[in-house]
Amino acid sequence: MRGGAGLSVSNPLTESTAHELVEKFRSGAATPSAATRAYLDRITALDPTVRAYITVTRERALAAASAADERWRTGRPKGPIDGVPTAVKDVLCTKGVRTTCGSKILERFVPPYDATVIERLEAAGAVILGKTNMDEFAMGSSTEHSAFFATRNPWDLSRVPGGSSGGSAAAVGADLAAAAIGSDTGGSIRQPGAFTGTVGLKPTYGRVSRYGLVAFASSLDQVGPLTKDVADAALVLRVIAGHDPLDSTSADVPVPDYAAELSRPIAGLRIGVPKEYFVEGMDPEVERAVREAIEVLQRLGATAEPLSLPTTDFALAAYYLIAPAEASSNLARYDGVKYGSRVASAKDLIDMYSKTRAQGFGAEVKRRIMLGTYALSAGYHEAYYAKAQKVRTLVRRDFEAAFSRVDVIVAPTTPNVPFKLGEKEDPLAMYLNDIFTIPVNLAGLPGLSVRCGFSLASLPIGLQFIGRPFDEATLLRAASAYEQATPWRDRRPSLG
Amino acid sequence: MRSAAKDYETVIGLEVHAQLLTRSKMFCGCPTTFGAAPNSQTCPICQGMPGTLPVINRRAIEFGVRTALAFHCTINPGCRFARKHYYYPDMPKNFQISQYEEPLAEHGWLEVTVDGQERRVGIQRLHLEEDVGKLIHDGPLETARSSLVDFNRSGVPLMETVSEPDIRSPEEAAAYLRAFRAILLYLGVCDGNMEERSLRCDANISLRERGETGFGTKVEIKNMNSFRNVQRALEFEVGRQTEALARGERLVQETRLWDADRGYTRSMRSKEFAHDYRYFPEPDLVPLTMDRARVEEIRAGLPELPADRRQRFMRAYTLPAYDALLLTQSRALADYYEAAVREFARPKIVSNWIMSELLREIPADDEKALAASPVPAKNLAGLLQLIDRGTISGKIAKDVFEKMFRSGEDADTIVTREGLIQVADTGALAAIIEQILAANPKAVLDWKRGKKAAAGALVGHVMKATQGKANPGVVNSLLQEKLSQL
Amino acid sequence: MQDVEHVARLARLELSPEEGERMREQLDRILGYIDKLRQLDTAGVEPTSHAVPMVNVFRDDEPRPCLSPEEMLANAPDRSGEFFRVPRIIED
Repeated sequence: MRGGAGLSVSNPLTESTAHELVEKFRSGAATPSAATRAYLDRITALDPTVRAYITVTRERALAAASAADERWRTGRPKGPIDGVPTAVKDVLCTKGVRTTCGSKILERFVPPYDATVIERLEAAGAVILGKTNMDEFAMGSSTEHSAFFATRNPWDLSRVPGGSSGGSAAAVGADLAAAAIGSDTGGSIRQPGAFTGTVGLKPTYGRVSRYGLVAFASSLDQVGPLTKDVADAALVLRVIAGHDPLDSTSADVPVPDYAAELSRPIAGLRIGVPKEYFVEGMDPEVERAVREAIEVLQRLGATAEPLSLPTTDFALAAYYLIAPAEASSNLARYDGVKYGSRVASAKDLIDMYSKTRAQGFGAEVKRRIMLGTYALSAGYHEAYYAKAQKVRTLVRRDFEAAFSRVDVIVAPTTPNVPFKLGEKEDPLAMYLNDIFTIPVNLAGLPGLSVRCGFSLASLPIGLQFIGRPFDEATLLRAASAYEQATPWRDRRPSLG
Repeated sequence: MRSAAKDYETVIGLEVHAQLLTRSKMFCGCPTTFGAAPNSQTCPICQGMPGTLPVINRRAIEFGVRTALAFHCTINPGCRFARKHYYYPDMPKNFQISQYEEPLAEHGWLEVTVDGQERRVGIQRLHLEEDVGKLIHDGPLETARSSLVDFNRSGVPLMETVSEPDIRSPEEAAAYLRAFRAILLYLGVCDGNMEERSLRCDANISLRERGETGFGTKVEIKNMNSFRNVQRALEFEVGRQTEALARGERLVQETRLWDADRGYTRSMRSKEFAHDYRYFPEPDLVPLTMDRARVEEIRAGLPELPADRRQRFMRAYTLPAYDALLLTQSRALADYYEAAVREFARPKIVSNWIMSELLREIPADDEKALAASPVPAKNLAGLLQLIDRGTISGKIAKDVFEKMFRSGEDADTIVTREGLIQVADTGALAAIIEQILAANPKAVLDWKRGKKAAAGALVGHVMKATQGKANPGVVNSLLQEKLSQL
Repeated sequence: MQDVEHVARLARLELSPEEGERMREQLDRILGYIDKLRQLDTAGVEPTSHAVPMVNVFRDDEPRPCLSPEEMLANAPDRSGEFFRVPRIIED
């Protein structure tokens, strides 16, 4: 037994969604402490197998839970997720708790400040269980590029959970957290969402503050939830979204009550189906599941129409210039001077820089730093970086044109089901996994992945909804209607 | 014979960095206090910690716009920040947030006066950026085994202004800097302190044959930390380049450091590493648009600038050009002058006293010291009134001024306490004169024989006898009277 | 990629000869893929640096409390008193 004898790791509390937990706290059927202990027990039992967490903040979680107990007992919860055990991707700075970004170079980095998202979670009463594993600096699609260890897919431990927010996705998928926070630069929430059968929401660029999110590609990064169902995504987004004066790119746009939007029917909703998202070489099981999902939406009263996003095929290439360019700049600060590791012996400063960075960064990060440095360097800037920024305009225009005709776009989240660890050794093959998620980041749009069935091998498949800027409400409403109308939500991985 | 030096024309362009007098840093809320304990004025943002983001200081932009307008620049309708990349330990992110393709302002000019001649020096661009931290080397950089980093200065707003290569002599370069600094001080955007590095200047200098329109090989000079050093360094460099060219050598494009102690420039000895700054728009900041109305509002709020004030001083106070130039060098000095003239309405006399007495104690451009002068404008005017009324003599007034400066007291207090009031009492003076005449028969005789100059000596004796307190006018007329009665 | 060593130097990354060679191969493959962008006519297209266009975001010039030198230096790999310390600097 993987679960470890003697521990009852299957528990109604850990199987509950966040909103179900909150109902139990409200009714007195359970307390945040009980839920937190149930999760910590399950982490102790199962995480040695799944390996979702880099750091578990047991004592802090128990202290926060006991404070939440008191608030619920006196009928004064702080917010809509008070007492909900939550996991946070190790890319968000947590004051006094080391924040590694999945990298050796930050292995011992303890931030003296909290990310805005952390402050908002705690202000809403969330109990933070720990920091989850990720591809180093969020660069990757499998979590195999973590400097520490690979995380496993709860549905098949020989497969990857996706990435880069693979730790957060696996934690939620394996019931090792009631909800989790991830970050998405090219698909890093939605793709692991799809691979673990969880709901992954990348909000509109500017919807959630990036302050304290360790930057990968600043113009593409967004923080968002990974949850057990759509209603939970609505709940968590409401907590973390909203203007932040510490982030100049954070939008001063009102945040709706997403949960209240969920019950509105989707009859009359116009759905666009882009032909470029059904490509040769994709897994036929994925295509079938997505096409069936579109039929479900139609049965619920939505209208579906085919459309074209002609620049789709170029988005990945543009992304692999823009994201590495910004990354090469953002990662320049890791030089062994102010924080992070430094090589023991170096003959001079430049030697120290070059060796510290050579030893501190993994292969994928180095590749992207090289690619980005090259794309920005004299003589290549125009052909690469500048060209990519223009292609980005074309990608954006494609979506603008589409959204003049439809309310939401529906597509597969990934072309494939989860692959095996070690299967994608070739970097380019790994990159191609993100072809359906990357255009959304380039255009800054919100995107959501929800479970839409299983392959014959019982691997989850993700359905992606793409919306207009700041229209997360429509995504959540459509995804929720779909989730309610299908039986997929009921299945859980058999881990013990 | 024409000397070789005469065949070349000097071409200089100056790059000036000015720290802006904002209360907080360019992109975070840390204070900009100078001289604080190391690493005590920092936060995760200005130390470039992972996850931190910059937010633009509104006042820094306004200061930039004010300055650009004072330099007659065009404010660009849109501008944005860009990242400039290079690795150096005083730069926490290993990129500097600066401006590149879209600076705040361009195409201005500055009026420069050299030998009474006015010239316009073009200003290419003005942009804003963040300052870097400070490095302290363990001995000279070349031999230091390690260096220490203090990030207090990291993130302080800097304004970079690049002149056109319009400057034709080291003297003109110094004049440009003086005019530049005066404008910053008038605007209140920078304290202009070159020693504390809140104002820094780098120069590009090349020589070309007179009549040539292209440019010669350009050399960049750094490490000049005063106006005088800028002029000295450039003078040295003109000489060095002239001699090299005269010997038929080819100059190399390089960066040279000014060594003020030894009085020469030396090559930085670096391999000429072509910098590749890999600029791109700062994705953590959004572009700025310059609202016309707001720009006009800022323009309307500009104070009277040095050139205008100088003209007005010449017009309104009929001052000579020299006086007007000197008195308008800093806003504090010009304010001082005008305050004094309001109390004592004889402009040229006030100017003389300021130039000869006040400026002997305080440099003309030391805003802080002028504003806190122990002899405020009102007290200078008070002193001048005492002379005007004949209460004290001009000679004694100079001593009184010095005492005022040391003690901070006003003229009346000192004059009264020390009994310096001028003796104008004809009775008392007449008695003294009688004694002097009796004691100096030879001088009296000389005078009678027609040597009228002998009277001067007698006046001197009277002044001496009264310890300078006698009113010279009264002494003179009394003496003439007595002599002619003899 | 022509000059892997030059780019590595710009990026302050020490690469062994073997690493450099592997890097060159991988980057060439990626750049080969990226080359498809040439097919796309972008003449007259404005670049997008932010997907969600915004302008003029400022903060007021209000000083805020700093962190203590101790907090700021807590993560330093090497320090001397209240300073960060770095090895000898040789200009390149």
